[in-house]
Amino acid sequence: MTWGSAAEFFAMGGYAPYVWGSYVVTALCLIVEPLVVRARRRAALAQLAALEGAARRTANEAAA
Amino acid sequence: MANWYRFSSPQTFYPLAGQMVPWFAGAAVILALVGLYIGFFVAPTDAQQGESYRIIFIHVPASWMSMFIYLVMAGWAAIGLAFNTRLSHMMAAALAPTGALFAFLSLWTGALWGKPTWGTYWVWDARLTSELVLLFLYVGYMALHAAIDDTRRADKACAVLALVGVVNIPIIYFSVQWWNTLHQGASVSVTRAPSMAAVMFAGMLVMVFAFWAYSIAVALARVRAIILERERHAGWVHDLKGAAA
Repeated sequence: MTWGSAAEFFAMGGYAPYVWGSYVVTALCLIVEPLVVRARRRAALAQLAALEGAARRTANEAAA
Repeated sequence: MANWYRFSSPQTFYPLAGQMVPWFAGAAVILALVGLYIGFFVAPTDAQQGESYRIIFIHVPASWMSMFIYLVMAGWAAIGLAFNTRLSHMMAAALAPTGALFAFLSLWTGALWGKPTWGTYWVWDARLTSELVLLFLYVGYMALHAAIDDTRRADKACAVLALVGVVNIPIIYFSVQWWNTLHQGASVSVTRAPSMAAVMFAGMLVMVFAFWAYSIAVALARVRAIILERERHAGWVHDLKGAAA
């Protein structure tokens, strides 16, 4: 094991800002991107629902 | 032989992609955990760089993915141009944001690695500059697509842009040989053994596979959203929505 203690691990031999700055930003990006994709999917589904609603209203008006 | 043309239809590909996403996402998480464990707890401290070298476990995979995704994106663009298949253009469009993300991460982690090892975050060195150009190519691709209202014309224009931009990939890859760069030469090559400790190389390779699985999962998820957006007037999308939304 390389690390004597948790503090030593987080200190990264004095390179903490560089190592953690790299890893934290990478982790954030790789967490946020799937959330953005999910939001895009939900927006597309909402648009589909709106289109269907509009089509149904038009059909109802034609029937009435 | 299986009829591969069947999968070139968005209608067939949509559910198939949906089945593949959780597998690749799960593989990405597991591989990342294994890779991080090797990178932080198995790999020893580097004799020259101390702990700062641990950035390699994300820097190299991110850089490789940024180049590889571009080649795949340009490949889809070429197929789209040659066969006029809508799904190919959608795949290309789905890959661009992820490629841009990895190009950004390559530059970001590189800057944070450059500071302790070279004494500077940035230098206009051939490797760094050509990677920055790659980021601009991705951003340009997305901006061009957003700027053209007619989707099919946007697809074609972007496909041409993507293909022309391929010229930058060998420039990035060989920059460390062609020019005198501050950036070091390749530590890993197909023709000779890697010039790094086996355990460090193993950790890096696992992270490469993790990023690979991540990219496939997120690109497939995005192409599904793109299919829903573009096929919104097609009957099959509305049939499917009630069951699978």
